[in-house]
Amino acid sequence: MLELIDLHKSYEGKPLLKGISFSVAHGETVCLLGASGSGKSTLLRLVAGIEMPEAGLVRWDGQDQARLPAHRRNFGLVFQDYALFPHMDVTGNVAFGLKMQSIPREELNRRVSEALEQVNLAGFGARRVTDLSGGEQQRVALARALASGPRLLMFDEPLGALDRSLREDLLAEIRRILHATGVPAIYVTHDQEEAYAIADRILLLHEGCIVQQGSPAEVYAHPASVWVARFLGAGNILPGVMHSGKVRTALGDFEPTCGHAHREGESVHLLVSAHKVQLDPGGQIAGRVVDVIFRQDGFKVLLDNGLTFHLPEAPAVGAAVRLYLPPEALACLPDA
Amino acid sequence: MSLRRILSWSGILLFLTLFFFLPLARILLVGLDFSALGSGTLPYTLRVLGFTLFQALLSTLLTFLLGLPAAVLLARFEFRGRSLLRMLTAIPFMLPTVVVASAFTAWLGARGWFNLALQALFQLEAPPVVFSGTLGAILTAHVFYNATIVIRMVGNSLNRLDPRLAQAAQTLGASPRRLFLLVTLPILRPALISALLLVFFFNFTSFGVILLLGGPQFSTLEVEIYTQALTFLNLPLAAWLTLVQLVCTLVFAVLYSRLVTRQRLVTEPRADPPLRPRSWRQRLFVAAMSALLCLFFALPLVSLPLRSVIRLESERGDRTQVHYGLTLDYYAELFINRRGSAFHVPPGSALLNSVAYAGLTMLLALLLGFPAARALARPGRFERLIDPLLLLPLGASAVTLGLGFILAYGRWLASPWLVPLAHTLIALPFVIRVLQPALASIPDRLRQAAVTLGASPARVLWEVDWRLVRRPVLSAAVFAFTVSLGEFGATALLYRPEYPTLPVAIYRFLAQPGGMNYGQAMAMATILMVVAGAGILLIEKLRLPSSSEF
Repeated sequence: MLELIDLHKSYEGKPLLKGISFSVAHGETVCLLGASGSGKSTLLRLVAGIEMPEAGLVRWDGQDQARLPAHRRNFGLVFQDYALFPHMDVTGNVAFGLKMQSIPREELNRRVSEALEQVNLAGFGARRVTDLSGGEQQRVALARALASGPRLLMFDEPLGALDRSLREDLLAEIRRILHATGVPAIYVTHDQEEAYAIADRILLLHEGCIVQQGSPAEVYAHPASVWVARFLGAGNILPGVMHSGKVRTALGDFEPTCGHAHREGESVHLLVSAHKVQLDPGGQIAGRVVDVIFRQDGFKVLLDNGLTFHLPEAPAVGAAVRLYLPPEALACLPDA
Repeated sequence: MSLRRILSWSGILLFLTLFFFLPLARILLVGLDFSALGSGTLPYTLRVLGFTLFQALLSTLLTFLLGLPAAVLLARFEFRGRSLLRMLTAIPFMLPTVVVASAFTAWLGARGWFNLALQALFQLEAPPVVFSGTLGAILTAHVFYNATIVIRMVGNSLNRLDPRLAQAAQTLGASPRRLFLLVTLPILRPALISALLLVFFFNFTSFGVILLLGGPQFSTLEVEIYTQALTFLNLPLAAWLTLVQLVCTLVFAVLYSRLVTRQRLVTEPRADPPLRPRSWRQRLFVAAMSALLCLFFALPLVSLPLRSVIRLESERGDRTQVHYGLTLDYYAELFINRRGSAFHVPPGSALLNSVAYAGLTMLLALLLGFPAARALARPGRFERLIDPLLLLPLGASAVTLGLGFILAYGRWLASPWLVPLAHTLIALPFVIRVLQPALASIPDRLRQAAVTLGASPARVLWEVDWRLVRRPVLSAAVFAFTVSLGEFGATALLYRPEYPTLPVAIYRFLAQPGGMNYGQAMAMATILMVVAGAGILLIEKLRLPSSSEF
């Protein structure tokens, strides 16, 4: 199992990672989710041993890896822009790691074709990597990382350079391969859909710290801060003030389920789910419909008060509506 | 084929036939007439060829010895003065050979700064360092000239080396040694090989540097062709040596296309920002290397103009008293016709001749090159066939072209016209290569848009083509002018004593004894350096905006 303990790293004098600790169990896929520039890729480099942390430990099964150079860690890394060796064909690329381990030729050939089969590229061995499409190149990169039997696989925004439909196919394939091989993995992305689809556990990275972690469902349902809620698009966020046990906002007073007590007059943020609401003439929230956008499973409705809701049927644009918010649609967020 | 295309090609094809293929055929005829060659020709040829290869190999080796660390320094590290240093290392390559030779004479020669300083410091009678006339001088000048090729080609390749490839190799288990052998080196190999071949080729065909700095005892093929043709008037032997030289050139061309064109790698250019040096070893490397480069490249270039305005020797006939001080005498003397000088005319007239020749060359090269470049910009089958033909003169050395002119048009040697024609031949491939991409980069849609907006064909040519290509045209013109101004190889064979050019005059004055002759050579070389430098700057200025326009 991989353990990261209190990792620190700065970039050009500014702290980038401020004490990152987490672990990855065998067979687990952990997804690091954060905005670009949040230090996700740097974290992978620290684990890979390409860069060194200023403080903190990287441990594997309890062993400190600091003295182990990158080329002896056997942690596979898949890059966003593939980083395939342009002077080698597909086989040369996939066989590279095996050659480093001095695997005998027969076994090497077998494992190369196995890896290529795993990524659905059987028969591509003699092709030049520069002649392949982006999706094919990323499959080769995946096969290359898999072939040498890494202890850990790391993905640095592996689908970032691909278009949408390709992304979904490849994502499903990565999922299948990770499940089949049981290799623990760290998957880095800024795309929440990708994170939900691949992760056993999501870690949210913000300003150099892990601000929340949990299963995709937990994280989405209970964002730990305003930033997380915004980043995940978890719903509408209303600023408010505690007023005799209720949250007073510009749109009225609400009584959300709060995990913790708030002082009178304290400013809080209210998370209003976009999904759990219903059209109801007696609802608490009134607004005029500004825009209606078709979605596969309903309609996204924009109101003139700035709120957005997801409704099963489309009201007319310009119509005045009232909405009922059930208690589970409301949550209060710790102030950010 | 349309009449227009025939017309646009007729000029340049006629020119090349008359002044390149015909002379080449004459060389072939004369050189293969073995009855005219003496019995000792073969051992003599092998000796000359052997020395040519030897000095070229040694020069190339030394060029890489300096060029590779310099390429790493300039491509991988960020430090103050980096772009200035890069520019400094590129200057020599574009300077005329006589200027480079003069610059080294001014720095390390018997009357150069280094010897003068040592003499003054240790009260020595004779200059302690012998530079001119040694193999070391030739090698040093070759490194000075060609290091920029290694710096540019290998440096560009280093810059494009995706750092992630190294990281990927590391995570796959490659140790630093295997990373270098299996990833870095193979990716750099095309750049290394092409730089190697180019540097070797330039050293192999080097003429001015060897003649001016080495002296007659170092006979390379080029120098021997010149000496045999001009001093011994043995044209058959000169033609034979030229053939040997051409065969070698052909071998290089084949090697180049085999080794370089085939294994071109398609790599995504990635800007890996150069690093500030961190560890003390990196700091030491950056400091030592940049200091070395700075001294090596700047000292000769600074020595030359300084030497041309400072008097540092005793007066004629007076060995005891040395006069120091700033002086413009060397420049003033250029315009005085003295008896017993190297020419029948004042050396200042060489400047005027050079400018006139350069102007003529510029005009001819543009008149012949523009229609060809325009046709090549939208190539048909004929153009693709003819394209490589236009580059052939690049493969022949200047001395070869000069000898060809002598053999083909010997009876007109007294005419001053042969020199600008030879210069045009040399400048033409460059002019076409500058103009063609510029003309090709004008999208046809622009012309079509102009037509739909009511422009006549003539207006299209004026409003669209001309406006978009005037920068490249100007750039090509300056290029032709500068090439002609500094050309030495062909001119040395073709010039008339009553119409000397600046490089020839510098060569003659450097070979003469006496402080005044030396000073005048310095003055003329300085003028040439300033004009050529201005030309280089102008070309750079013209190039930058237009390349970002499209």
